[in-house]
Amino acid sequence: MTELHDAAPTVSSLTRPTTGARVNLEGLVRTYGLTRALDGFTLAVEPGEFVALLGPSGCGKTTALRVLAGFERLDRGRVTVDGVDVVKVSAQHRDMGMVFQSYSLFPNMNALNNVAFGLRMRHQRALQRRQKAGELLELVGLSDQATKYPHQMSGGQQQRVALARALAIEPRVLLLDEPLSALDAKVRGELRDQIRQLQQRLAITTVFVTHDQEEALSMADRVCVMSNGRAEQTATPAVLYSRPTTPFVAEFVGVSSRVPVTPLDGEVELFGQRCRVRSGSVGVTVDGVDALLRPEDLTVTADPSALPFVTHKSFLGATTRLVVQVDEVPIRVDLRSDVAADIELGARVRPAVVARDVLVAPRAPRRESTTD
Amino acid sequence: MASLVPDIVVDALMDGGDLPTRRRPRLRVWRLVVLLIAGAYFLIPIYAGLRFSLENDAGHLSLYAVKVIPSEPGFTQAFWLSMRLAIVTLAITLVLMVPTSVYVHLKFPRLRRVMDFVTILPIVIPPIVLILGVLRAAPLWLRASPYLLSLVYVILSMPFVYRSLDAGLSALDLKTLVEASRSLGGNWFNTLWRVVVPNLRSALLSATVLTLALVLGEFTMASLDLWTTLPVWIYQFQQVDAHVSTAVSMVSLLGTWLLITFIVSLDRSQSRRNRRKTDS
Repeated sequence: MTELHDAAPTVSSLTRPTTGARVNLEGLVRTYGLTRALDGFTLAVEPGEFVALLGPSGCGKTTALRVLAGFERLDRGRVTVDGVDVVKVSAQHRDMGMVFQSYSLFPNMNALNNVAFGLRMRHQRALQRRQKAGELLELVGLSDQATKYPHQMSGGQQQRVALARALAIEPRVLLLDEPLSALDAKVRGELRDQIRQLQQRLAITTVFVTHDQEEALSMADRVCVMSNGRAEQTATPAVLYSRPTTPFVAEFVGVSSRVPVTPLDGEVELFGQRCRVRSGSVGVTVDGVDALLRPEDLTVTADPSALPFVTHKSFLGATTRLVVQVDEVPIRVDLRSDVAADIELGARVRPAVVARDVLVAPRAPRRESTTD
Repeated sequence: MASLVPDIVVDALMDGGDLPTRRRPRLRVWRLVVLLIAGAYFLIPIYAGLRFSLENDAGHLSLYAVKVIPSEPGFTQAFWLSMRLAIVTLAITLVLMVPTSVYVHLKFPRLRRVMDFVTILPIVIPPIVLILGVLRAAPLWLRASPYLLSLVYVILSMPFVYRSLDAGLSALDLKTLVEASRSLGGNWFNTLWRVVVPNLRSALLSATVLTLALVLGEFTMASLDLWTTLPVWIYQFQQVDAHVSTAVSMVSLLGTWLLITFIVSLDRSQSRRNRRKTDS
């Protein structure tokens, strides 16, 4: 795939950084019959920020995006762009460029005409819109595909044309509805980088919907993890991963192991150690509580006298992941591969916590996710 | 079943026998026989009509029946009336059915079953019932106009037009295309005209062909509404000169066929042009 083209021959205002819009979604509620797709969802997006909505199918992320785009009506709540309430503004007049999950290029138009469509709707002259469309195609590295029709292009090329088409209208907000999910892994990775570079270069406020946490964590300035129509936590990828504030986020983002514990005076005992309970953890319930442990929060040392033993071992490159059976509870532990090399499958090991504190959650059955 | 299971397998299973390859020649013979019978069914009446229209009263070959068609009393009026009715019917049908079908697909997909049922009614209701009902309900000024027939023909063509459009729309990712157009600033008219309609070209041409064929061949309604359309003229003129009447039938058949061929060729040439078209 072609890299981002820095050397566009005539760079118009389209390709220069702009000031993105500030977007606020406040207490959005949307119900379909008995199903509440959005249940008081709130999110603030700063100008020029790239925010990813991440969550399982049915969590309401696509509904939130469609509400922002103007394709879904709201039962309750407020959507403002630069302080102006746009709830009653039709999608046609919202000035938001959108890239869809399915290839949404108009089959009757070639790539150039697809990109120029929005400019045509804005009554720009033919020469001007051809020039702008050409620039945008160059920006996404497809100037040689201008005369191709959608059926003559690959999925990745179609999505890049769709991106150019969305950018051509100089939208106040760019909306991306799982634009990479239909692509193969290699193209997905390349397009992911290209979208991020373009977004940073144009400084356009962007809301990106995905169920792929790798995509969300690698692309976004901030990630909003959603569950059951609400925002569970909105934070930078690093904070979201290392300091999840809810059990859902801890389990949905990254890998966590649940270990039953008994809290006492703000501490829990884990593998014979006293560990601080992380602020934000919930209180004790009648069913007791579990500690949620990341693989890198733990370590193990070989000890033939210990009861826990290694049941699985996966080489991941620099690290190796061990699954250790502790009192019938499997826990995942990441070790440096050179350290893990000395530990065989079935070996007796003694686990220990290396994190400064642990997240504690009610001992409850795992939450079922619904379909989107 | 026949489309999923080869005929030879069906034959063999029904006979309780094996699947011998030696049966194939026999099967081919049967296919040929069926083809010949079907061909004869269509071609013999056409041949007979053609032969009869090219004969004079003495039974000799002659082009007189064809030559006198334009000068026969009432022919030109009947021909142009049929043409006008065809164009008006087509225009009303498309203006009415395209937005309706798109709207149902977009906003009320569950109503498609209801639409299926409603649009089949004109086939179920006998033409005599339909036209008598229309004549009773229509205002006087409309009853005095031949274009009342167009309104009736719109109803008659609904089953064919709706099904063509429904198939065309089902083949599109309509919702995404419409939303993409709307997010780019397209209003409903532009979205329909520039995005939806061009992608329904084949369905629209199919609907056009079916509507034209229906209007140009319809006899019962026009006859009961006392308007002399081409089919009615052909029927009436039989009493005067059967040779000329049959010659008009033949020319009408040829004309309709040429028209349909022309419309279908439009679809093909447009596809070719689209492939070549490069400018914005």
